[in-house]
Amino acid sequence: MSTERRALPAPSDELRAHLPAIEPDRQVTDWGRSERVEGLMDRTLYDWLYHYWFRCEVEGIEHVPSTGGALLVSNHSGALPPDAAMITKAIKEEHARPRPLHLTVEHFFKGYPGFSMLVAKVGGVPAHPANVHRLLADEEQLVLVFPEGRKGTEKLYKDRYKLRRFGRGGFVEAAMRARAPIVPIAVVGAEEAMPIFAHMSLLQRMTGLLYFPLTPTFPHFGLAGFAGYLPAKFRIRFLEPVATDGWGEEPWQDRGLVQTVADDIRSRVQEELIDMVAHRRSVWFG
Amino acid sequence: MSRILVTGVSSYWGGRLAQALERDPDVETIVGVSPRDPTLELERTEFVRVGTQHALLRRIVQAAEIDTVIDSRLVVDSLGASPREAHETNVIGTMNILAACGGPDSPVRKVVFKSSAHYYGCERDDPAFFTEAMQRPHPPRTRLESDIVEAESAVRGFAERNPQVTVTVLRFANGLGPDLDTSHGRVLRLPAIPCILGFDPRYQFVHEDDIVGALEYAVAHDLPGVYNVAGDGVLVLSEIASLLGRPLAPILPPWGTGLAAAGLRLAGVRIPEEMSQQLRYGRALDNRRLKAAGCTLRYTTREAVQRFAEDLRVRELRRGEGAPYRYEHEVEEFLRYSPSVRRRAERDPDRSAS
Repeated sequence: MSTERRALPAPSDELRAHLPAIEPDRQVTDWGRSERVEGLMDRTLYDWLYHYWFRCEVEGIEHVPSTGGALLVSNHSGALPPDAAMITKAIKEEHARPRPLHLTVEHFFKGYPGFSMLVAKVGGVPAHPANVHRLLADEEQLVLVFPEGRKGTEKLYKDRYKLRRFGRGGFVEAAMRARAPIVPIAVVGAEEAMPIFAHMSLLQRMTGLLYFPLTPTFPHFGLAGFAGYLPAKFRIRFLEPVATDGWGEEPWQDRGLVQTVADDIRSRVQEELIDMVAHRRSVWFG
Repeated sequence: MSRILVTGVSSYWGGRLAQALERDPDVETIVGVSPRDPTLELERTEFVRVGTQHALLRRIVQAAEIDTVIDSRLVVDSLGASPREAHETNVIGTMNILAACGGPDSPVRKVVFKSSAHYYGCERDDPAFFTEAMQRPHPPRTRLESDIVEAESAVRGFAERNPQVTVTVLRFANGLGPDLDTSHGRVLRLPAIPCILGFDPRYQFVHEDDIVGALEYAVAHDLPGVYNVAGDGVLVLSEIASLLGRPLAPILPPWGTGLAAAGLRLAGVRIPEEMSQQLRYGRALDNRRLKAAGCTLRYTTREAVQRFAEDLRVRELRRGEGAPYRYEHEVEEFLRYSPSVRRRAERDPDRSAS
């Protein structure tokens, strides 16, 4: 961590001017994101999931800024989490000025065959502090992080909607350095879309995957079962942004402040989740 | 007026750089040293066949009052040299050349060191864009990488001990161009491009002309410190294949890649270790520091690949055209020093008069 911290470039408007120009003939960005693959996934899968399968309902989309970098922070769940794709789609469908959303993923995905090809194509970026900084501060893009990480996705059905620890507050530090606002998000429905009943550690070790879950459709229906989501009703609530530029020159040096902000955001998302689950009359119809 | 020493002048880079410097009227003298004969035709560069013995180099530096030393010898591809030779060139050679340039009585005021992006290595948890200040997250994986890291630390030590000398380190991304012979160039010229199943790595290239251009820029301007040199833009391998009009052949398995690469070597396709790492994880550099220093690169990564593709289409037609250059010591001596030879400066006025 210490080397990475030293390695981050100082925020500089001078260097921002030297970002490479966009080559209009290309369909792939410098991050490896492919318009073509993303469009294909959107047309064949996400559009249908968003409108008909999960019937997503979105609140507070105006909290996502139209310009400048912003860090979106959400709860995370489901064995093959559908929440990231649905948040991306929500911004695309509902926002007045839709922008691409970059999703930070574990380094694991860059090293695993197949995932390595696909995850980057649909907007996944390895969760390296330097990557987040470049996206937020230099390129002024939207970045989505799941501070729970895999602690969130691997939790069992009985623990649903209980937020895990929010890492070490790295996301707050990244936002502070980039002086970008943090937009917390609460998502209800993903927990029921692909619940995990148990983990099979032997198969996990054999495949080298992050985890090997037992879900309603996996592994007994094979890989196809991995995409078999239950039709839970999705509700995505964007909460009021937290500004990170009002705490002085280098607020990230104050570890206490970073932790406090991270805990505040976590408890806001947790309270929102409790509220949303309390008002939900049916898992399937909302 | 500068007086320049180019090491490794027999390499493609050294030769191209010397040719470029010859055209610059501000360059008074160019001395090229190398243990091997030059491979490109040089006009006024004086070639001295010498290895990297620091005592000999020091005498040359002192006698010719060299103020700028460009070290372009670094082996950055395990294609042409055995690990032992590469170590000898990269580590021992660098130490000797620095020893010849240092000290209070040395006339040297500038050292330009050609390094490589292999300095950063290539791992799973790398950042998407390396900046100059970043350290590699893991210890070097290959001999070549650890040699480059060691050579750079020798250069850093030299810069600290000799504050009167401007030391520039240029870290180049993979070079690409019609005349350049590298592992990557060879693989991209194959009828199908081998890749690792399930991976589509990010790649960045720098055109051969831009490599020379960046070295020249560092000679003409004062750029203390480290600079990444890479074309703008990062392509994925599948994009490169479609620009070249070649199919991708996912013949390397994701597990046991080294074994399969060894098998391919028997078939004549050499994929060195540092390249198989790049075929898996890819690598890109942040070139903004160099651009902010005023150096412009003429080709983006995409344009470099396009130029390469254009050459690929006419390569067969060009084969055999023009005999390769051969260095003949006596002829070169005659052309440079004989009173019978009329220099270009003397010839040109005649031509314009007639």
